[in-house]
Amino acid sequence: MGELLLLMEEIDKSFPGVNALKKCRFELKAGEVHALVGENGAGKSTLVKVLAGVYTKDAGRIVYKGKEVDIPNPKAAQLLGISMVHQELDLMPHLTAAQNIFIGREPVRRWKIILDENSLNEQTERIFDMMHLKLEPRLKVANMSVANQQMVEIAKALSFNSEVLILDEPTATLAQVEIIELFRIIRQLRDRGVGVIYISHRLEELQELTDRITVMRDGLYVDTVQTKDTNIDQIIKLMVGRVIYESSPELPKVPSKETVLEVKNLSRNDVIKNVSFSLKQGEILGFAGLVGAGRTEVARAIFGADPFDTGEILVKGKKVNIKSPSDAVKNDIGYLSEDRKQFGLCLGLDVETNIAMVIIDKLTSFLGWIKNIELRSIVKRIVDKLSIKTPSLNQKVQNLSGGNQQKLVVGKWLAKDTNILIFDEPTRGIDVGAKSEIYKLLNELAQQGKSIIMISSELPEILRMSHRVVVMCEGRITGELNYEEATQENIMKLATLRNSEKVILNN
Amino acid sequence: MKDDTIIKDRNTRSEAIQRLMAFGALIIIFIGFSFASPYFCTFRNIIGILIATAVNGLLAIGVTFIIISGGIDLSVGTVMTLSAVMSGVFITYWDLPVPLGVIAGILTGCVAGSTNGILVSKFNIPPFVATLGMLNMARGFSLVISKLSPIYFALEKSVSSIAMGSILGTVIPGFDVPNAVLILFGSAIVASLILSKTILGRYCYAIGSNEKAVRLSGVNVIFWKTIIYTTAGLFIGIAGVVIASRLNSAQPSLGLGYELDAIAAAVIGGTSLRGGEGTIMGTIIGAFIISILTNGLRIMSVPQEWQIVVTGFIVIFAVYLDILRRGTQL
Repeated sequence: MGELLLLMEEIDKSFPGVNALKKCRFELKAGEVHALVGENGAGKSTLVKVLAGVYTKDAGRIVYKGKEVDIPNPKAAQLLGISMVHQELDLMPHLTAAQNIFIGREPVRRWKIILDENSLNEQTERIFDMMHLKLEPRLKVANMSVANQQMVEIAKALSFNSEVLILDEPTATLAQVEIIELFRIIRQLRDRGVGVIYISHRLEELQELTDRITVMRDGLYVDTVQTKDTNIDQIIKLMVGRVIYESSPELPKVPSKETVLEVKNLSRNDVIKNVSFSLKQGEILGFAGLVGAGRTEVARAIFGADPFDTGEILVKGKKVNIKSPSDAVKNDIGYLSEDRKQFGLCLGLDVETNIAMVIIDKLTSFLGWIKNIELRSIVKRIVDKLSIKTPSLNQKVQNLSGGNQQKLVVGKWLAKDTNILIFDEPTRGIDVGAKSEIYKLLNELAQQGKSIIMISSELPEILRMSHRVVVMCEGRITGELNYEEATQENIMKLATLRNSEKVILNN
Repeated sequence: MKDDTIIKDRNTRSEAIQRLMAFGALIIIFIGFSFASPYFCTFRNIIGILIATAVNGLLAIGVTFIIISGGIDLSVGTVMTLSAVMSGVFITYWDLPVPLGVIAGILTGCVAGSTNGILVSKFNIPPFVATLGMLNMARGFSLVISKLSPIYFALEKSVSSIAMGSILGTVIPGFDVPNAVLILFGSAIVASLILSKTILGRYCYAIGSNEKAVRLSGVNVIFWKTIIYTTAGLFIGIAGVVIASRLNSAQPSLGLGYELDAIAAAVIGGTSLRGGEGTIMGTIIGAFIISILTNGLRIMSVPQEWQIVVTGFIVIFAVYLDILRRGTQL
């Protein structure tokens, strides 16, 4: 670790109605990876956005390389050598990778207006090479996997030759192999003297990657510790200041032998290859695999969101014909998308309306007049049951934290009383506290007899929650493990089992 | 990585199909009318179609820039009229040389465009509202300035030869393609180069694709949006001069409804109203589809009211084809 590169002191920032940051401090040395952790709403993102010029601070000072600096906009930050990879991928889908990376700094040839596309692509190629990334610079971002889009974001940040690199939850959407690759790149940068600010909810990662950890809570600075002198439990204690749900699932209480959902030989061109599995009542079936293994595709096919070529779906032993999501819902199947902001909720509407959407057709009288009192009581019951933290039922959903938004999505399906629920990455981008609440909720649902398919890229989550685990790779099911067989090693082995027959592990 | 390459191939192919589809439709309509009426595929009629397309084509080029950047411009028709009126003021009222009048007309388009741009980018007024206001303001100004009556150009000023004369005809005797057609194709080539080769074009697509990302990348979005609207204004100003020249007068009450034809041309040509996508080539094809349909139906003595119905239907049909091509997504 080198000299002090950056110091933020007494930073205040408030938004209408919220004091997001109160006298916050943060420091960064050259050549260190410094983690910034805290629950959602703790102010991590706000703090780094102040640094990256997205927000302007209300008070406090930023000292960069020994000089106090003013960062009024993103451009100013970039010129100083501070760049940021945002949590929501901020890419332009219609543009190519190279065009995205050099937006705002396009190499030009004549009269300063004619673009030099060749040099653009060559420079991008060089950055990709440095990252050991086999990606085509001329490929449109819209046609890339989420993981590769993330890599483009990182390549963009690197292209500034930044001395401070801010990564806001870079691994949220990545699978294990891609994370290893990302860490390699981060270490490489660190060794070159870059200061890396690393925000993540995956605390296991911190031990492996970071030198120091700064903890924030409720917009306040809590503490900065050396990573090697601490452990995850201590960090969690600093973050939440309370005990959180850590018990393992009450297993193996698979109550019923009754199969509620059976999928036989499901196939769709190259994406889904001959997938068969079954789901029992009251069971949590984990779907493990690397990003792009085809898990979401299987879920969407079952839910009728995408068509499939061959195969059949049986609900409670009866063959059903699912052509659209509404068919799926009629057959008691619900799907909770990994991208809840885009597919799960209407962010601009309030809590009540979001839940009401799914049940409103049953609560209308003459000419579609809504029975408001009844509706409100149902909504209230669900909000209480899931302990969704909202100041009122009329709060706009976009003002809720990620964890509460996720609970609200669950609440929608509960309101409909759907029995087969497919959760796609249910805890993505959610902090530890809220995560454990979601786990608790899933366990409760299973105990009540709901059947759950849980797609997750986080192995600890799969291991902790699932009664059984199905592992996919390249569109095929490469193995099925029961609770005893399911270990990190076994799952990883199956998840990387490319191009071979399905194997049954016998431990 | 391998998967991405496959998807890429599939997508570029489907984009190419869309372009071919519009062009194919153009050819089929053309051949269809040629069989249906002996008067359709004649040199004179084709020249007629080309002239009729010139004005709408120029407006559509302008509006394509704006739609690609994620905006919309409803004011193109009346701004075109205001440009024509300003030319009339310079040339007829003030008796200034014709080139000055032409420049005044084009600049009028640019000023109106940049006003739209500033309203949209700096003051955050939704493009629909800002340009709707501009539509009325431009229309009002045209009527005020011209005192409600057409401004005619003196014959000796030969304003009409700007668009209706034929430089090509003097070079190749007998091939009397009017200048308006040259102006259209010249503008299309320039616009196409701007979109594909310059920084302005890049920001146009980028802002239409994800404006927030562009801003976070440190690009001065306010400035570039203003430039985009101004560039559109340039082509609209040119359209104003062309229509003034064609009518040898500035008609202040003209202009309403032109905006819809221009937007229709862009949309038929594959420009996405959600921004981020579109080509000038497509827009020009779209403009020709509209004017060939109008022309062909007229030759076949279909009443004008029905021609309008057909144009409306074609727009919906084109957008529906585009949606089919993209595939439905949850």
